[in-house]
Amino acid sequence: MFSLGSNGGKYTKPSFVSYVNPEKGNDALQEKNPVFLPGEVVFCSASPVLKCTHDDLLEGSIMGTLFCTNFRISFVSDQVLLEDVVQPFRNRLYGENDIPLTCVDQIYGDYDEKRKLITNTQMKNKHPNGIIVHCKDLRVFQFSLKLAKEEAAKKIFQGIVRHSLEPKSLRCIFAFSYCENIAGAPETQNKPRTLMFENIVDWMEEMKRTKGNCKLLEINKDFTISQKLPQFFFIPTNVLEKDLAAYQGKGVPIWCWSHHSGCALFKTASLPLVQEESFLRAQKLYMERMLNAVAHNYLYAVKAVDLSETLPSIQDIQQSYSRFKQNFLIDNIGEFWISDMKWFSTLETTRWLSIIRQCLHKAVEVVEYLEKENTNILLIEDGGTDLSCVISSLVQLMLDPHYRTLTGFQSLVQKEWVVGGHNFLERCNHLNNKDKESPVFLLFLECVWQLLQQHSLAFQFSETYLTVLSDSISVAIFSTFIFSSPYQRVSSMKTESQTHGSLLNIPSVWDWSLQFDCKSQEFLFNPLYREKSKQEKTRNKNQRPKPIRQLSLPNATPPKKYFFKEETESLRKMLRGTRISRWMHLSDSAQASVWEFYNAWQQKPLDYHGLLLPDLDGPAIRLWMQRYLRWIPEVQIFGGGDITLVNKITSLSQELEELRMELEQQVRQADPRCKSTETVNKSTIRMSCFFPFASCRSGSFKPAIPTSHCDGEMDMGHLAEREDEDTELTDNSVIRGCAD
Amino acid sequence: MASAPLPVYNSNSLDISSCKNVSRESLRMELLTDAPLLPGEERVIDKDIIYICPFSGAIKGRVLISNYRLFFRNVDADPAVTLEVPLGAISRVEKMGGASSRGENSYGLDITCKDMRNLRFALKQEGHSRRDIFDILFRYAFPLSHGLQLFAFLSQEKFPENGWNVYNPMQEFRRQGLPNDQWRVTFLNSTYELCDTYPSILVVPYTASDEDLRRVATFRSRSRISVLSWIHPENQAVITRCSQPLVGMGGKRNRDDERYLELIRATNRTTSKLTIFDARPNVNAVANKATGGGYEGEDAYQNAELVFLDIQNIHVMRESLKKLKDIVFPNVEESHWLSSLESTHWLEHIKLVLSGAIQVADRISSGSSVVVHCSDGWDRTAQLSSLAMLMLDGYYRTLRGFQVLLEKEWLSFGHKFASRIGHGDKNHADADRSPIFLQFVDCVWQMTKQFPTAFEFNEHFLVTLLDHLYSCRFGTFLFNCESMREASEVKKKTVSLWSFINSEPSSYSNPFFTVDLSHVLYPVASMRHLELWVSYYIRWNPRIRQQQSPMEQRYKELLALKEQYLKKLEELQLSDRAPQVFPRGPHLSNSASPSPSSPPPRVTRLQTPF
Repeated sequence: MFSLGSNGGKYTKPSFVSYVNPEKGNDALQEKNPVFLPGEVVFCSASPVLKCTHDDLLEGSIMGTLFCTNFRISFVSDQVLLEDVVQPFRNRLYGENDIPLTCVDQIYGDYDEKRKLITNTQMKNKHPNGIIVHCKDLRVFQFSLKLAKEEAAKKIFQGIVRHSLEPKSLRCIFAFSYCENIAGAPETQNKPRTLMFENIVDWMEEMKRTKGNCKLLEINKDFTISQKLPQFFFIPTNVLEKDLAAYQGKGVPIWCWSHHSGCALFKTASLPLVQEESFLRAQKLYMERMLNAVAHNYLYAVKAVDLSETLPSIQDIQQSYSRFKQNFLIDNIGEFWISDMKWFSTLETTRWLSIIRQCLHKAVEVVEYLEKENTNILLIEDGGTDLSCVISSLVQLMLDPHYRTLTGFQSLVQKEWVVGGHNFLERCNHLNNKDKESPVFLLFLECVWQLLQQHSLAFQFSETYLTVLSDSISVAIFSTFIFSSPYQRVSSMKTESQTHGSLLNIPSVWDWSLQFDCKSQEFLFNPLYREKSKQEKTRNKNQRPKPIRQLSLPNATPPKKYFFKEETESLRKMLRGTRISRWMHLSDSAQASVWEFYNAWQQKPLDYHGLLLPDLDGPAIRLWMQRYLRWIPEVQIFGGGDITLVNKITSLSQELEELRMELEQQVRQADPRCKSTETVNKSTIRMSCFFPFASCRSGSFKPAIPTSHCDGEMDMGHLAEREDEDTELTDNSVIRGCAD
Repeated sequence: MASAPLPVYNSNSLDISSCKNVSRESLRMELLTDAPLLPGEERVIDKDIIYICPFSGAIKGRVLISNYRLFFRNVDADPAVTLEVPLGAISRVEKMGGASSRGENSYGLDITCKDMRNLRFALKQEGHSRRDIFDILFRYAFPLSHGLQLFAFLSQEKFPENGWNVYNPMQEFRRQGLPNDQWRVTFLNSTYELCDTYPSILVVPYTASDEDLRRVATFRSRSRISVLSWIHPENQAVITRCSQPLVGMGGKRNRDDERYLELIRATNRTTSKLTIFDARPNVNAVANKATGGGYEGEDAYQNAELVFLDIQNIHVMRESLKKLKDIVFPNVEESHWLSSLESTHWLEHIKLVLSGAIQVADRISSGSSVVVHCSDGWDRTAQLSSLAMLMLDGYYRTLRGFQVLLEKEWLSFGHKFASRIGHGDKNHADADRSPIFLQFVDCVWQMTKQFPTAFEFNEHFLVTLLDHLYSCRFGTFLFNCESMREASEVKKKTVSLWSFINSEPSSYSNPFFTVDLSHVLYPVASMRHLELWVSYYIRWNPRIRQQQSPMEQRYKELLALKEQYLKKLEELQLSDRAPQVFPRGPHLSNSASPSPSSPPPRVTRLQTPF
């Protein structure tokens, strides 16, 4: 039904015509349960249900049972799974036929050939013949309910809709049932460990590492100052304690990171907008004091960067992403090929890549201030926990190679996002209250991916790591992504532990062993990454450039530098409520300066353990193919993709390691060259370019042939009608005449 | 101090300025004496000039024009700016501004190149300073329009390899297992009498007589009859190529042609229907009837299936590339990159060509023979047959095999390189020009991108290929067909590009190459995977990092390390063996295990990067 003839291109609506004889199916039916997780309970189930693949109904349909539990929607096949399909990369928490409830993005119902988007209000009436589930990890499932008994079909439909679409309370998130039923989370003390920033020790360690010089605050230990701020944090030494509580922590510069020159990066939430003159004056004085304090951190230079003014809003991000993701949720192959012709402009109109570029651009701008001008930076944003997290993390990732290691990156996410108070609960919409949803953290991962694909040797973690991390956001088992703030985490865990009678702990996403076995965890590492060698380390230490700026305040202020006085003037404008968008806006000169900075950096030899900047040119910002295209069979390149290069490098590295061992051990039974040739050409299995996500294929297969060429849409004008050669084909007719 | 060897360094000297001036002058005079010249290359003129670089502004320097190239170097050697353009790459030279033009650097030359760049030079406005250089450039860039010879015929270059030996048609057919009981080699065209744009050696069905071929030729445009390009080693399905049938308005039929295609179909048992791939869009094929052409009608060709592949003509492709140049040179369109790229349709055409070739390869590997044609069978047909062969046959993915593929499908079958590129011809607006070969190379690049371990050659090879497509330094891409090449004694009088390439193959080879002969290589012809070949189309932009891919660099390092280890191992083995009295021979391997009595070997620790 879904596969189209070569002249196709007509959109065919999905339907659920059964190709399996129901009576026969029913007899052989044996209900199998999924393997439940601790704390998982079944709400309802239906059988037989047909799972259809989008490209070929006839061949791809599988009979089985559909379950809805408090964790997931699970389809269990009646067929005995063929064990020869080896899944090299399997998730322990959910399988390929499982959809965690929080991973459901949208559900469509199939009502007699008509497709309707299901919202929780319309579910009460009639149940559809089938459902199409779009997942947040871009998978698409189609289940036909036609074969199941009326009552069961209705029940499973309503169950799925209720539990995956209806608003619910935090307590209903599966992580709570899960943590009650697992033994206290195994405290894995790996070295180096991920800093969780939930205690003073981690903060101190971070400050020590960056050689910064700020003041640690414990005053918010019980969230008395603000429920939005972390329990512990650093502020500039000059901030007065009495100022902290003035605006519930808003406006307080929170330390993010210190540059080796001494200047540092801070972020803060902007003060509430007020109209009354006296309040305004108070705010103004307050902000002046805060900026003053930041400026005092190093050489009395400060630059305030208002992100709310210059970057897309939270709503823009959400809108853009929901348009963007729609292009990857493919359930009709005819549609896929039709959309292929307009692919680039479709991508562009979603503006998602352009938002990524804007964020990277802004980060480079901030990096330039820190690296080139050694100016203290204060990021200002309305809530202080969305785009400031994106920009501050990106800045740190570009400047500090530590964050490009696996644990460094995780520590960064803990510091800036989890403890930094990003509202994961609402931004990820785990409770189905759509209004505050926005994929801000995903946007950050997208930006990181751009850096990773441009500088593939600079990161210890792999593309797969980022993809898996982005998937984990919607699994709702990890404490990392289910709370709105550290306050909520601490307080709800306290309540839970009290009702349960023992100390409960929801595991963190960083405990990767929960999701993957050792073998699979290897995919999270980038085999191309090299740690900085000892020689390099010592060399760089000796050569570390001293800050160029004089240690006395310059008399003549260079025109380009933004000093305190100028800033307050701008701030005054802002506080008056008449925010001028040009304030701190990317003027042409700022744009040019970023280019200049990038070009100067680009001229130098690339140091993967030094400053890393992204190329922001049109062709350089790309689509995260692994994440977005991995489930679409038509675009799998079997035996191709960059993964083949990575594999060759990995196997050569292994070979070298063996050789080295051999050298050391002096084992010389065989000519080593014989051994080395074995590794080449060892298998005929061809992996997908989206490995480890799509399955392998061996032997031959049919290539994907575009089915629609959009006849007539390509407007070539009069040229298309012309002949290649202008000459008439007369010469042959002469010969023909002779021959006749 | 007085004995300072060079006055330039004597900063205390009174006559410092004059010294400096002298040296400057002499520097200027000598500025281009060290310019690299090829054997046979001759200087024609050199001159002070200002190069108006689109990226970094006006640069003062000196230009040298030889009979092969334009060479520019700036005066201030720091940072050194050099510019090198083979004259063959120039498609148009124009005067910019007049003697009375105002504004700085408004008087000079504007040069449009075939390799995706434009050059601007400014000269002094006084004394018709550009007249001589313009005339010379015009003469030497378009030698054929001025009764001069192409540089390839003047070059005295010598290489250890002789590239003209790369392709031997008989040898290539033998490699394919031909002739066999179904297919024979015919020398009917040895004097290019049957078809002047075809090669002299053709492979045709065993059952078709020479007389049959002559009769079929009357019904095919420019007598380009269906002949074999490639045969599947196992299922014996074949790719044959030809031009359109001369159906015309009246819908003529030709029994001989119909019978001939039936003979082709019957050469392989598994082909129930011969698939005819007409590369053109359906409407164009119909329109061709008006000029005497057309396509195979269903009634006439009973056992054939006709599939149109919707690939546009040479004019559409030319316009598409023009649009592409507009968005990438000199500056890359920023704000609407993706939609601008889409509006050029360049990648869309690439997609259609690739997807056509995939369909050809798919039919062949499922055991069904095909006929490929377009209008004349030398543009789109060459693209399709060669790409399909690249997918089907791993041999063509090697450095040598690819050269054979080009020699065979493009050069011997008469892709009109001279007309499409316009070698040495001043007529830049010639409607015969079209980037068909570039488009093919782009398709190959897309394949190498999707299968980075499947090709023995690297990106540098493809770029070099395109550079010399225009340069006219080698004879390979000159002229329109084999017969003309023979008449001009190209093999005798010029050097083959393959001599140049094969004399230093290491710089063109892909270290990741893994031989894989067992799979058909199907690229994915979806816009999701196609990308602009930035390092070719945007390579003049200094912001595009021209660097070796870090992965390749890493791999080469590891390979070097492996060599080092192996050498060390060998050394250790040798030094170990030295005291032993066994003679070196095949039995040695048995005794190679270390005997406990032998002295403990030196432990050599090599630092590894892990």
